[in-house]
Amino acid sequence: MTRVDGYGRIDRTRTLSFTFDGIVRTAHPGDTLASALLAQGVTTLGTSVRLGRPRGVLGSWTEDPCGLVQIEEPFPEPMLLATTVDVVDGLVARGVPGRGRLAEVADTARYDHRHLHCDVLVVGAGPAGLVAAREAARAGQDVVLVDDRPTPGGTLTGTEMIDGRPALEFVDAVAAELAAAPHVTHLQATTAFGHYDDGFVLALERCGEGSDPRQRVHRIRAGRVVVAAGAFERPIVFEDADRPGVMLASAARDLLHRHGVLAGRVVVVFTVDDSAYAAALDLHRAGAAVRVVDARAEAPAGWARRCADAGIVVEPGTDVRGTLGDDRVRAALVGEARREVPCDLLLVSGGWNPTAHLFSHVGGRLAFDDELVGFRPAGDLPGTAVVGAAHGTYALADVLREGAAATGSATDAPHAEPEEITPRGTLWRTPGDPARQFVDIARDATVADIARAVGAGMTSVEHVKRYTTIGTAHDQGKTSGILASGITAELLGRPVGALGTTTFRPPYTPVPFAALAGRDRGDLYDPVRTTPVHDRHVALGAEFEDVGQWKRARHYPRPGEDMAAAVLRECAAVRGAVGMMDGSTLGKIDVRGPDAGVLLDHLYTNLMSTLKVGRVRYGVMCGNDGMVFDDGTVLRLAEDRFLVTTTTGNAAHVLDWMEEWVQTEWPDLRVRLTSVTEQWSILAVAGPRSRDVIGRVFADVDVSNEAFGFMTWQDTELDGVPVRLARISFSGELAVEVTVASWYAADLWDRLLAAGEPWGITPYGTETMHVLRAEKGYPIIGQDTDGTVTPHDLGMAWAVSKKKTDFVGKRSFARPLNADPQRKHLVSLLPTDAATMLPEGSQIVDLPDDGLLPPPPVAMLGHVTSSYRSAELGRPFALALVRGGRDRVGEVVAVPVGDQLVAVEIGDTVLVDPEGARRDG
Amino acid sequence: MQLITCPWCGPREETEFRYGGQADLAYPADPSALDDEQWARFVFFRDNPEGAFAERWCHDAGCRRWLRAVRDTRTYVFAETRPYGRTA
Repeated sequence: MTRVDGYGRIDRTRTLSFTFDGIVRTAHPGDTLASALLAQGVTTLGTSVRLGRPRGVLGSWTEDPCGLVQIEEPFPEPMLLATTVDVVDGLVARGVPGRGRLAEVADTARYDHRHLHCDVLVVGAGPAGLVAAREAARAGQDVVLVDDRPTPGGTLTGTEMIDGRPALEFVDAVAAELAAAPHVTHLQATTAFGHYDDGFVLALERCGEGSDPRQRVHRIRAGRVVVAAGAFERPIVFEDADRPGVMLASAARDLLHRHGVLAGRVVVVFTVDDSAYAAALDLHRAGAAVRVVDARAEAPAGWARRCADAGIVVEPGTDVRGTLGDDRVRAALVGEARREVPCDLLLVSGGWNPTAHLFSHVGGRLAFDDELVGFRPAGDLPGTAVVGAAHGTYALADVLREGAAATGSATDAPHAEPEEITPRGTLWRTPGDPARQFVDIARDATVADIARAVGAGMTSVEHVKRYTTIGTAHDQGKTSGILASGITAELLGRPVGALGTTTFRPPYTPVPFAALAGRDRGDLYDPVRTTPVHDRHVALGAEFEDVGQWKRARHYPRPGEDMAAAVLRECAAVRGAVGMMDGSTLGKIDVRGPDAGVLLDHLYTNLMSTLKVGRVRYGVMCGNDGMVFDDGTVLRLAEDRFLVTTTTGNAAHVLDWMEEWVQTEWPDLRVRLTSVTEQWSILAVAGPRSRDVIGRVFADVDVSNEAFGFMTWQDTELDGVPVRLARISFSGELAVEVTVASWYAADLWDRLLAAGEPWGITPYGTETMHVLRAEKGYPIIGQDTDGTVTPHDLGMAWAVSKKKTDFVGKRSFARPLNADPQRKHLVSLLPTDAATMLPEGSQIVDLPDDGLLPPPPVAMLGHVTSSYRSAELGRPFALALVRGGRDRVGEVVAVPVGDQLVAVEIGDTVLVDPEGARRDG
Repeated sequence: MQLITCPWCGPREETEFRYGGQADLAYPADPSALDDEQWARFVFFRDNPEGAFAERWCHDAGCRRWLRAVRDTRTYVFAETRPYGRTA
């Protein structure tokens, strides 16, 4: 056991049980998986991803590049850092060979989102952040303080003094003050992982295993963001420095003071920075034998004296060149002579990297500071302040002053004693074999890899990163990124400041997709829209299809029927007797006002203003480019009122389109647009017996063709409920669309179904509707068109007004391209074998004499847009866009299906009832 | 994610808005009077300045009103937003 009495903030009165690599072990509340394992002498957690070298922990928090574990219980998660996993009772984990495994079971935990708005967001509850939050709170501001560790205090170990008392007492006092202050939200275990425009910060709160929610994403909008995220120590590169037992000096110190773990008994500290001396002295006090190797020519006088007093040997002017050991380090190789110095823990400090990620995310520039030997924020960003170690300010007294100044006055800063400052050394690596000098131990990437990148001509750290993969692992190069810059600079013979760093991008630490998704998954992933008749479809055994967010009944299979059989039966019923379809999803827009007709004349290719009240007209809408983007029927309800219907999937888009014109181009038009899609339900009764069904339900309506002609509508009532009947047909058959307020749609459905029983009324779905309309050559916009198709291409020149001086799209029709006879036209295709079903999307080519597809390139004539089996025709058929198709009617072309060429005859689009005799019954 | 100030609703998140391209491109009074190139320029060509750019935005997930914005294409910062069609 390496647990030391008198140290750590763990709860030693309670014991937790967990399993690692199949062995049951104990821990205390407050332990991380890493601290608990190190406390029991487990230093090797797994192996590296490429070379299978043993891996322990280098850091003690999110900067750790190597201590990856697979969590099995409570919920399988791959590749978490042992240093960031809180031990809970029953935790099961194991080391991984560089990568883990995704869960194969559903995650039943809940994840959530929360919006926070504040005057000041402080990121980091170390000394700078705490003081900044305190000053802002005292000034009466709305404050949010987030910090990624479980408890506040940052890197304060408790050995420091603030305002004359131990630092952690100060931390507790500030936390208590914040807790008591109104308008302060203080969240620990919450990582600000992304900083975006206008003070928008995303933060992930880990609420604890078993909590509901398990994790929560805070979407914080702050007036000001104070980044007090601290700094990470970086190692120095030398041979075999990836061996377990090599650790950052700060990590060993953190493990001691936070978890009461002494990570080694015989310790060598290799440094170019004063901060490692504090670790040396702390570990010495806790019972370790410590020796310091300082690569600087002279050791800092004050620290050297304290070491001497403690009996710690300090060797300045030399370095560590390598390590010996099996798994764990057994000795450091010191100096050019590679003198073996026994140790079971080799601490390293190459200096510090300010954690300026949240400054960089919003475009903040970093510049190399020679004195600091690191990149620090340069210049100001409006609304963002970086303070403390994140700003490259490491002395506690200065850190406290910066924190206070960020939100108040530096004069209110708590007091700390000034510290001795000696120049930092710049040392990225020591001499040795580049192939054994690991730079990114998460990626097994070495100095030799960087040398190869530079040798290949790369001079940008961004390129070197991608070539070597340095900085691309879970840690995103928190310890390795700047090393890579420094070593690349050395190899190029350029100053590191001129080279810069790779770009910091969100997320700062990995964020589970489950947390980002929050509650928006499963049934809540996307809204589901159902019609008022939905239950009836379900009861009838309908299969549904998604059309936008709508669930539409696709067909109603009877026992033993597949879709093809069901659709053939439904088609035959409509063409032979009567069927009924729920058309409620059609987009409906109420267009009202004295200028309603003027607007519609602008937007439809044909004239709408001349439509008489009581009548219906089909219309096509185009964009300025003359390409069709929607179609539908228009009912004139009154002189100043029209009801426009749109395709189901395009309803919102058409309303937006109309609004856009009204608001931005013709604001003087007196017209109002209202979506009434969900207010009105439409049931289409179609087939030669539909008149009988309608006549039976609406006994007082004269349904004769003379009294109720095609493309007219009339209002009536059913038991006092207003109903609208419209003679509109999308099948070519005699048909009536019955519209009723959605409250009554299900009841109306029942009545029509009952009334149609004598004629075998058959509910039909969208698939049957598609077949029936295709047999009549009616295009589905978006299926038979793709945004490059004009009304003329569709054979709908009849729907394009020649009288109107202008309408949206008209001018484009006069462009020469539109008159090209080789444009693709909508035509029908009939496979000559009368048997092959052409897959939609199939290409169309000329039929070669030998019937064999020639080697590519093969000229494409077009493609199949719709393809069905027709009950009426007794054969499959298709619609297609074919180059110059209307001029090739009767010709035989070919469609490759699998490795066969299927001969198909081009025909007119209307295959059923071309005379249109059926629409009037 | 930026905040965009809707003239009707106040500052709202960018995701509530829909971008509508360059502003102030009036629909020609008589499109038939334009030659093909002039028409094509109206339909397909848009400015792409470095700096201030007058744009149309629609507060889709809010009041559904169109607005006219001036935005700096280098910094994305909105210099102003106002109801569409109004000069002040």
